[in-house]
Amino acid sequence: MKEILAFDNVSLTYHTRQGEVTALKGLTFSLGEGEFAAMIGPSGCGKSTVLSLAAGLLTPSAGRVTRKGSIGYMLQRDELFPWRTIEKNLYLPLEVQKKNTPARRARALELAEKYGLSGFLKRYPSELSGGMRQRAALIRTLVMEPDILLLDEPFSALDYQTRLKVASDVSHILRSEKKAALLITHDISEAVSLADRIFVLTARPARLLASHETDFLSPDPLKRREEPRFSGWFETLWKELDP
Amino acid sequence: MKHDNISKEHRAFLQKSRRKTGVVNAVRLGLLLLLLGLWELVTALHWADPFLVSSPSRIAKTIASLYQEGTLFYHIGITLSETLIGFIAAILLGGVTALLLWWSETFRRILEPYIVVLNALPKIALGPLIIIWCGTGSRAIVFMTILVTVILVILHMLSAFLSADEGKVLLLRSMGANKAHILVKLVLPSSLPAFVSMLKVAVGMSWIGSIMGEYIVSRAGLGYLIVYGGQVFKLDLVMAATVILCFLAALMYFLVALLEKKLVRT
Repeated sequence: MKEILAFDNVSLTYHTRQGEVTALKGLTFSLGEGEFAAMIGPSGCGKSTVLSLAAGLLTPSAGRVTRKGSIGYMLQRDELFPWRTIEKNLYLPLEVQKKNTPARRARALELAEKYGLSGFLKRYPSELSGGMRQRAALIRTLVMEPDILLLDEPFSALDYQTRLKVASDVSHILRSEKKAALLITHDISEAVSLADRIFVLTARPARLLASHETDFLSPDPLKRREEPRFSGWFETLWKELDP
Repeated sequence: MKHDNISKEHRAFLQKSRRKTGVVNAVRLGLLLLLLGLWELVTALHWADPFLVSSPSRIAKTIASLYQEGTLFYHIGITLSETLIGFIAAILLGGVTALLLWWSETFRRILEPYIVVLNALPKIALGPLIIIWCGTGSRAIVFMTILVTVILVILHMLSAFLSADEGKVLLLRSMGANKAHILVKLVLPSSLPAFVSMLKVAVGMSWIGSIMGEYIVSRAGLGYLIVYGGQVFKLDLVMAATVILCFLAALMYFLVALLEKKLVRT
């Protein structure tokens, strides 16, 4: 598998007037093409920093981040612009990246159609349910045709039932679009049910503690939760996070 | 929402809420008529001296005679144009300043104490300076109006610009947006409700500014009529000008409220 994103001995230190905080120290990992990876770690360990570095919004203090391809960032909240219709929200990345061509807009509408948003295009975000909004946010990310999706706890603002459904949704969409994804989460069962590879980080300053390849029969998160090995993986990761 | 077949309960509810609005409106109008009637009665019976407190009929007569002399709309026009020019100039000037302050944090930190002091300063203290700098014409009054209104516009808009959602900024940056993108796509549209609510406050401030300006220095306008009426003890004139001011200020406020309804989605 070809590497699409690689962290090589990356360290990052934040400086503020109050002092300095080392968020990452010597973090090394890599993500292959089309691979769905999850990253878990104790809360406040610098997981979001990893995404900011991967997106190029931060520069590492030491080490190297190599990225082959474009990124799409999906955040905890849907961040749909309330004054734009869903359709106009989908065009937002095109406007910013000066790719607002008829062909790209048609492609955006095609994605919306394929993933069940076409009935909502003229609606405003406030008229949609939380799950639908998060789906719209995902389609907006896909409109940029990114090679890597960076998912920053994208389900944590949803209620439990919606969360399972949307997670399954996202997994299905990303797998059928064959995108590489790096999911940041603090929810072990979410990581296990979604990812093919799981990175475990230590407490701050974060280093890579372990990297696992899961061995589920189904790619579907809901089916995975029913497989017997699910609890085995959960226990393994639980122990690694809380030694 | 429009529904063709609504339930009986809902129809009853709508009827009740409509009736309530009707009652509120009727009592509002009734209260005004009652107050005007009492005022008229008290002065007609000479329980209060109409020379000191005027009366609705005397106010109406004064306005009518101003109209016959042909000076009514002259005075209104002068004050209205001073207020509007000052208002619009303050919005433009304040808006642009707020944008610059948003754009550069360093600039913001440098100017912060100046703005705080200017905000706290009672602008009327600058009266003599304004007369010397701008003369005794309309320019001085417009200047005063701008001075009173502009700081409010800056503070209000800056805080709206700065409160743009962090998550949405991050999202735009991850799409490769630069500062101009963030301004146009996010900061300006998300500040629209704050802009309109600022307009409402700024309307009031610019009336304060223009009347205050006319108190200090003027030869025409509603503020001039009030000061002049006070000096020659023609309280009918003071009251008449005040009533006209009430109407104009309310009218301008309603126009802004109308604009709000059009611009801001709820």
